[in-house]
Amino acid sequence: MGISTAAARPAARLPALWRTGLVAFAVIASLAIATVDARAVEIQTVETPGGLTAWLVEDHTVPIVAVNFAFAGGSAQDPDGKAGLANLMAATLDEGAGELDSQAYRQRLEDLAVKIGFDAGRDAFYGSLRTLTPNVDEAFELLRIAVNEPRFDAEAVGRMQRQIVSGLRREQKDPDAIASRVMSETAYPDHPYGRPSNGTEESVTALTPADLKALHGRLVARGELKISVVGAIDAERLAALLDATFADLPENADLTPVGDVTPKTGIRKDVAFDVPQTSIRLSLPGLKRDDPDFIPAYVMNHILGGGSFSSWLYEEVREKRGLAYSVGSYLVPYDHSGAFLAATGTRSDRAPETIAIITAMMTRMAKDGPSAEELAKAKAFLTGSYALRFDTSDKIASQLLGIQMEELGLDYIDNRNAMIDAVTLDDIRRVAERLLANADPIVVTVGAGAS
Amino acid sequence: MPQSASALPRLFLASALALALAVPGASLFAAPTVAAPLKAADAAAFADIKIGGDIESFRLDNGLEVVVIPDRRAPVVTHMIWYRVGAADEPAGMSGVAHFLEHLMFKGTEKNPDGAFSKRVAAIGGQENAFTSNDYTAYFQRIAREHLPEMMALEADRMENLILTDAVVAPERDVVLEERRMRVENDPGAMLGETLDAVLYVNHPYGTPVIGWPSEISALSKDNAIAFYDQFYTPNNAILIVAGDVDAETVRTMAEDTYGKVAQRADPGDRVRPRAQRVPGALEVDLADPRVNQPNLRKAWLVPSYTTDEADNAPALDILAEILGGGSTSRLYRSLVIDQGIASSAGGWYQSSTLDDSRFMVYAVPSDGTSLEDLGAATRGVIDTLIAEGVTEAELERAKTGLLSSALYAQDSQSSLARMFGVALTTGSTIEQVRSWPGAISAVTAEDVRKAAETYLAPRPVTAYLRAPEAASAPTAKQ
Repeated sequence: MGISTAAARPAARLPALWRTGLVAFAVIASLAIATVDARAVEIQTVETPGGLTAWLVEDHTVPIVAVNFAFAGGSAQDPDGKAGLANLMAATLDEGAGELDSQAYRQRLEDLAVKIGFDAGRDAFYGSLRTLTPNVDEAFELLRIAVNEPRFDAEAVGRMQRQIVSGLRREQKDPDAIASRVMSETAYPDHPYGRPSNGTEESVTALTPADLKALHGRLVARGELKISVVGAIDAERLAALLDATFADLPENADLTPVGDVTPKTGIRKDVAFDVPQTSIRLSLPGLKRDDPDFIPAYVMNHILGGGSFSSWLYEEVREKRGLAYSVGSYLVPYDHSGAFLAATGTRSDRAPETIAIITAMMTRMAKDGPSAEELAKAKAFLTGSYALRFDTSDKIASQLLGIQMEELGLDYIDNRNAMIDAVTLDDIRRVAERLLANADPIVVTVGAGAS
Repeated sequence: MPQSASALPRLFLASALALALAVPGASLFAAPTVAAPLKAADAAAFADIKIGGDIESFRLDNGLEVVVIPDRRAPVVTHMIWYRVGAADEPAGMSGVAHFLEHLMFKGTEKNPDGAFSKRVAAIGGQENAFTSNDYTAYFQRIAREHLPEMMALEADRMENLILTDAVVAPERDVVLEERRMRVENDPGAMLGETLDAVLYVNHPYGTPVIGWPSEISALSKDNAIAFYDQFYTPNNAILIVAGDVDAETVRTMAEDTYGKVAQRADPGDRVRPRAQRVPGALEVDLADPRVNQPNLRKAWLVPSYTTDEADNAPALDILAEILGGGSTSRLYRSLVIDQGIASSAGGWYQSSTLDDSRFMVYAVPSDGTSLEDLGAATRGVIDTLIAEGVTEAELERAKTGLLSSALYAQDSQSSLARMFGVALTTGSTIEQVRSWPGAISAVTAEDVRKAAETYLAPRPVTAYLRAPEAASAPTAKQ
């Protein structure tokens, strides 16, 4: 209940560092099947003659085709000293390809009302295509040349570098962005997850088209490519288009191994910055997605700080005391680590009180756990809200991609609600004990009066 | 937050009227008499698209307007209630009360006390929220369709039975002050935006921030909120919009059983506000703040909205915004960012859907070594060239394709459709106007666009500069 829809959801405020994790989490969070109705999402597995695999939900109701895909390896693959390279590649792949320079390519997209975009996560490199049905062939051709034949012209690369640097400068004065950046550096020193995904002004300025070509050669391969498609297209036609688009890519990516890592604990960082509202972040080691306790942890977190208008943190920090507009907690699973994060912002003189309440709620969860009624309500929400994640082509495509990337299997959608329903109070206590007992979090504040 | 609709994404604004959706596709791309960049086959294929979903609307006896937008793909509905009241309808000196009331509407009623509504939404796995703008306040839930009658009953209950106590009002006022700190006071760019609005709307309530001025928010009381509620929250001032897996007859029955039982509580009357005045003289606002290390500039003009448009210029303004400032093929981007290299980004938009006169805005972020003043002059130059030489047919067709395709893409989201209708209907448009929007866009000529630029952008804008203080000016280029 904010002024805006988006703003009332704290996740919207979390800066880029945690974005990948949150995206993955959101996907995972939504895998429950709609038991509401028989018209559940029907997934076809499309095996192309060229040897690619894609998941397809065919639906001709609206004249739109949505494609989401991902290559293994994201910004964690940025070479030392080249932080921000994958992010720059995401910004430049659609800035000219094949015979088309940047302006020609962008004009062609607009003339055909085709949307193509790329995004570098920590562990994966994402792409998306949206087209109206009459232009499906042309849309895939534009995607093909972006993926296979990006130009990385000096003009376009330089322009995107300036644009990114401009954003980085703004972030240097944004308390939320500062807090997130400090948190990742502190939690993951000497690890790729500790580096800024978007780089720094220095690192981004030093990048070259040759760096982009090198990363493109390493990352963009068909071996670990995951694809999901939703909309007005049948399997046969899709298979041919996918082969034309992706089949000529090299088989294997050339990825630098990323080590497993446990985030640090017990560090306090107060960044002095003259703003009226202090940004607050707490973090603890969390769970990777393949941890057997992940689902219980997810339910536990919903009760603690995940629920929009119903969590303990919402009740204690916002509703009872009016300390913050936005407060919440999150599980952030990466491929090689897991974190638990809490975030809020409050007026500077009440920051210590707010931090104390958040830690007290974490302790209460570890010590007492929720009531049976609270657990039942959390399950009801988590299972009942599933269908809301599947009511647009965009959402379905992103759900299916997430399931593939986490390797949860085609039947996961059918089983997920049962997994939530199977969580017991003992499970919650076990996982709360594991994550939150004797917690010694990293605490980061950015605001006035920090010492 | 969008509160100020200017915070809404540009595309959303453009498509806010794009309710083409129930219109036969044939009219969508029919206009071009000129060689379009679209291949003929493409245009024809666009025209063949059968747009699903029949929008229906009717009115209950108590005056509640009802709009139903069927989307049967998933067993989900979006239930929204829109009130024709926003921040621009607040009493003088009580800025923020519309938004404050929006927060307080979640507190409870006699029948459903202590946030019971929200608890019930959570228990059924629903999502909910609310938002306030200058012209409207809206509440919504997204739910499995079988819960629709219950949501209607709860929403109808809080239309007339809200109960507030000082105990719940005081902490919520602090929440709103934190919201303001987060959105505005922590961000010098947002602060400058408030100043720009205050100067642009020198005599009109759009010049007051939707969230309110801090001192006025601090003074808001329970009684202020209730007085506002009693004046504006009544079925004859509301619009029910249901999108999703429903049909109009079912919604009618449900609505009569719930909202239909709410008596008219007030007669808010016509929404008459002072006509926004254009004042002579050079108007510049300039904010230097140590928290700025990336300067930027904005220029804003008062222009007609679709509602105040008397000369049929609004569709041309939509297209002008696309050509001048819509993305990386736009005039501003190509000239300032690519050709001259004096900006790192540049663009613009037209806020088409407001009850009163609206705004046309352009912005640019300077490259290192370019002053804001020089960048402002170059921005002016791009606009003057467009006024002098007009736009090309290719630009015109590309802009039309972008706007019209947004109407097609919008069909994928029942929530977006519901919002578009809500915005249109609370800012003075009708469903029919929304439906005929594609035709209006298709009919715009290159000369219409040039003329609109000349009429509205040749006069002096309000210019806003955001910069660092002298001593700590923006970092210079790294070698």
